[in-house]
Amino acid sequence: MLNITPIFKKEVGSYFLSPVAYVVITIFLVLSGYFFYSSVAYYSLVSMQAIQNPYMVSGLNLTESLISPFFANIGIIAMLIIPMLTMRLFAEEKKSGTIELLFTYPLKDLDILLGKFFAATVVYLTPIAVTLVYIIFIRSMAELPVGPILAGYLGLILMGEAFIALGILISSTTENQIVAAIITFGLLLLLWVIGWAASFTGPLFGKILTEISLIKHFQNFSKGVIDIKDVIFYLAFTFYGLFLTSRVLESKRWRG
Amino acid sequence: MIEIQNLTKHFGHIKAVENVSFTVRKGEILGFLGPNGAGKTTTMRVLTGYFPPTEGKVKVAGFDITEDPMAVKKRFGYLPENVSLYTDMRVNDYLNFVGRIKGIRRRALLKQKVANVIEHCGLGNVQKRTIGKLSKGYRQRVGLAQALLGDPEVLILDEPTVGLDPKQIVEIRKLIKELGGERTIILSTHILPEVQMICERVIIINDGKIVAIDTPDNLNRQLSKKLTILMEIEGEPQKVVNALQNVDGVIEVKQKAKKKGKVRQYEILTSPDKDVRRELAHTVFENQLGLYELKSVEMSLEEIFLKLVTQEEHHA
Repeated sequence: MLNITPIFKKEVGSYFLSPVAYVVITIFLVLSGYFFYSSVAYYSLVSMQAIQNPYMVSGLNLTESLISPFFANIGIIAMLIIPMLTMRLFAEEKKSGTIELLFTYPLKDLDILLGKFFAATVVYLTPIAVTLVYIIFIRSMAELPVGPILAGYLGLILMGEAFIALGILISSTTENQIVAAIITFGLLLLLWVIGWAASFTGPLFGKILTEISLIKHFQNFSKGVIDIKDVIFYLAFTFYGLFLTSRVLESKRWRG
Repeated sequence: MIEIQNLTKHFGHIKAVENVSFTVRKGEILGFLGPNGAGKTTTMRVLTGYFPPTEGKVKVAGFDITEDPMAVKKRFGYLPENVSLYTDMRVNDYLNFVGRIKGIRRRALLKQKVANVIEHCGLGNVQKRTIGKLSKGYRQRVGLAQALLGDPEVLILDEPTVGLDPKQIVEIRKLIKELGGERTIILSTHILPEVQMICERVIIINDGKIVAIDTPDNLNRQLSKKLTILMEIEGEPQKVVNALQNVDGVIEVKQKAKKKGKVRQYEILTSPDKDVRRELAHTVFENQLGLYELKSVEMSLEEIFLKLVTQEEHHA
């Protein structure tokens, strides 16, 4: 039986006892708010022009030109912010030595790992939930289909979990929080843009590169398409990240 | 209660602990003595399941640490050498957290147990403070409090009095002694009088190997093969030495520090099977010297420890 709650509660508590959670949430909301404002402003400008030019009206689509870029932008912010959230999870405990007691308590590795994973998830999802305000704001003024919005949020949740899993994995391999953050961010960025290389490599290798690209799978969600392939990609990514972390924790014990 | 058989732990090429076997009875306080780097902490960490042994078996209350770590971990409380606690948490929040980890689920029960350990460890007036702002002594007590939570049958304390001021040391020792009896306690230290004061049995470990296991008294008896007598005598040093050396049973006479006037201290080594104090006193009077003091000195655990550790090195 799993005993996740004590670690989960403690980790959420530490995020909010330190400034980390507040800083992360604030930065997240400032950036996403700015992106949202600029796309709304741009959209209203285009709409004004469309009044004079009837041909442009057919190209106007709220979902395509507002919602889709909105989710894509939040995805990029998530990539910047999540390494800051995950860097401390194991690195801090290793540096300060608190991990010794933690490992001698009657807890399984999985209890510790999942407790930390869900705690980071909660801090990540808090500002994401706040962005619903933006959507409600637009919905109060314009017709907006619910489907693509739900798809976008599902995508953000799934992608965020995958990012967090990678972040925890890196954090479990080092004692240095800065190193953990930089490596996590570097890997995320690399996996984000790796599809770009697809155009000048061979067809098979190109296909592989596009498929492991993090952005490729998110694009569908942000367009309002839920493809089971993408869902499985992120779930598998998350699962594999956590699995590797549990291996790292175990090997650390054997090597002492 | 605790059974350790042929425990060996290697880190790469470094052999931290080699072929260590011992058992601890229920309710016993066992002292683990050794110089720095002797393998005390490593043995304790294996005992707590922090890392597995390279070879050998560790059983606590009949459960094997590698086969059933959860059963073992539920039965002990551990105070690590460097008590690293979550510095951003408050004392009572931290203890509640540990209590929940140790499987105390019912709210009322948890509250009561935490209140108990807070009282037991004298943390009442700091329970609302952040751990990071506590003094070393109080942190040590918080460490002890978390080890005591969940009423473990076994307590494993790694250098519990290190870094404390003398008053705190006395308090912690008293607390440990109180805890013994109902609980089995293993504590490591390199402070020798501590062992003599608290422990019922001592294991001396050096270079990862057990050098001696016995009660502190037995160790004293076994190892003091020569009895030492200290005397303070007034008189010509050469005359004193000559006179004393002629006494039957005296092995060696050493001149020690000079005292007031013509009084000097002498150290006399004698064979243990004969008490020569009477003869010594008699000789002093016969030679018309002044006797100021005569006392027999037992070998301190410190000397025994040094002797054992250095003997071991000679063999190697």
